[in-house]
Amino acid sequence: MKKLLMGNHTVSWGAMLARAQVIAAYPITPQTQIVEELATLCAEGKAKAQFIKVESEHSALASCIGASAAGARAFTATSSQGLALMHELLHWAAGARLPIVMANVNRAMAPGWNIWTEQTDSLAQRDTGWIQFYCENNQEILDSIIQAYKISETVSLPSMIVLDAFFLSHTTEPVEIPPQELVDKFLPPYKPQYKLDPKEPHAFGGLSSTEYYYELRYKIQKAMERAKEVIEETDEKFNQIFERKYGLIEEIETSDAEVILVTSSTITSTARFVTEQLRKTGKKIGLLKVRVFRPFPSSEIRDALSNCEKVAVIDRNISFGSGGIFASEIKSAIQKMGKQPVIFPFIAGLGGRDITVPQIEEMINYTFENAKPKEEILWRGLKYENI
Amino acid sequence: MIEIRIHGRGGQGSVVASKIFAEALFLEGKYVQAFPEFGTERRGAPVQAFVRCGETPILVRSNIYEPDHVIVLDASLIEMVNVVSGLKRSGFILINSDLGSGNYNFPEYRVALVDATKIAVRHKLGTPTTPIVNTVILGAFAKITNLVSFTSLEKAVRDYAPVKIDENVAAAKETYENVKI
Repeated sequence: MKKLLMGNHTVSWGAMLARAQVIAAYPITPQTQIVEELATLCAEGKAKAQFIKVESEHSALASCIGASAAGARAFTATSSQGLALMHELLHWAAGARLPIVMANVNRAMAPGWNIWTEQTDSLAQRDTGWIQFYCENNQEILDSIIQAYKISETVSLPSMIVLDAFFLSHTTEPVEIPPQELVDKFLPPYKPQYKLDPKEPHAFGGLSSTEYYYELRYKIQKAMERAKEVIEETDEKFNQIFERKYGLIEEIETSDAEVILVTSSTITSTARFVTEQLRKTGKKIGLLKVRVFRPFPSSEIRDALSNCEKVAVIDRNISFGSGGIFASEIKSAIQKMGKQPVIFPFIAGLGGRDITVPQIEEMINYTFENAKPKEEILWRGLKYENI
Repeated sequence: MIEIRIHGRGGQGSVVASKIFAEALFLEGKYVQAFPEFGTERRGAPVQAFVRCGETPILVRSNIYEPDHVIVLDASLIEMVNVVSGLKRSGFILINSDLGSGNYNFPEYRVALVDATKIAVRHKLGTPTTPIVNTVILGAFAKITNLVSFTSLEKAVRDYAPVKIDENVAAAKETYENVKI
């Protein structure tokens, strides 16, 4: 059934279709409608989940950790300051190897107070051990939540489904809602290897001395490495049933491209339009969408960039003192290449400032026209440089 | 691709109007995207909502700067907001107004007027002091732009209107039949 849904409600429907059993979430703009819709779906009995009202995001994730440790499929959703408040427990969820899935609506960090989109909130959590998916449209949100449970439950690591504030969270568009029977076929009930059970006691998250802790970290890294294959396999199984797939990355017109534009989230969607238009004028431009940020698909990106001369990366995020975070990861990934493309690190759209078709065209033209970037960071759309 | 901008005041139902019109287009097999102005809306403050539609999937996800048509839910906004900003030449500007067209000077555009407030009050949509005009004006918009049939609009209104469904449909039908260009 195809239906018009706003991004936030799509998240809620994804959690319902995945048969999340425990939902604990705290509202925050621009994520609020996720919580509202989940509360409604639970109250109406459409979602068969225990909805736990909590007093903070920290408690929301703590509740999910408890529920997941007890063997339940747990879900939460947050944004920005809420995600930051969860930080301690993000480490906890991954360290305890719990397959929790959460949605994070990208919103800029305060101060200054801003409710609009920027990826820095979720990218700042990149070292916590969560798998991260950056979504381009509402359909991808729904599908990624369903896929994420299967992936997380296979590798025992939590997943974060990331969507842009407003450009997805508040945007209504057609979404194919798969029948519950097919989702159930794809995603059977969660069967944990170990769980909290009074009849068979286990301790979770206890003291790990110097004798063991190192190996536990090693195993998380190995699980992340394995997650790459599991994401691809899961995507293929999903495709067989639902006829939609997304991959770790997606390449558009990259094979003969001289310049490849690298994007994530909704910028990819607008960039698809720009790429189509510029290809019609004979420009050899390609587009590389990075969907999964953790585990970072380094080898796949190297392959995608192997024939091009220059790469323009658009980052709607910043690591202060370094630069755009995707650009930084890509610079690191291409170190293994014999002939490395030149990276053009653009930053645009911080705090939800619009990234338009003409701006993307300008970034592409700049990359074509220059042998190398003229500045360390190519800022775009700055209005008041000397404020 | 057709882009539509709706000007209203917080609480008038601009965002719901964008969703209903998108739903009507969707029912006719169009690809659609509806979204609000990305701000912190307050009751009574000027707000905007947008619709994109086309024959192919909508890829552009930036704001709308050059709409094909504009809907104005409250004529008093015209004094404080440039409602025709970026509006394409020959685009429609549909205004909820009880005045004649001589009162509006938009020479480059096609001006259409409908007294949606009076019709909403008569059909008891909202209250006499704060009538809900969003579904009402869509009847007129469907008629002048010919973007959707009344049948599709009616179905969309029935899907979205939370209360007084028949009254909403009847009011939309009235503007569909009485809009003045």
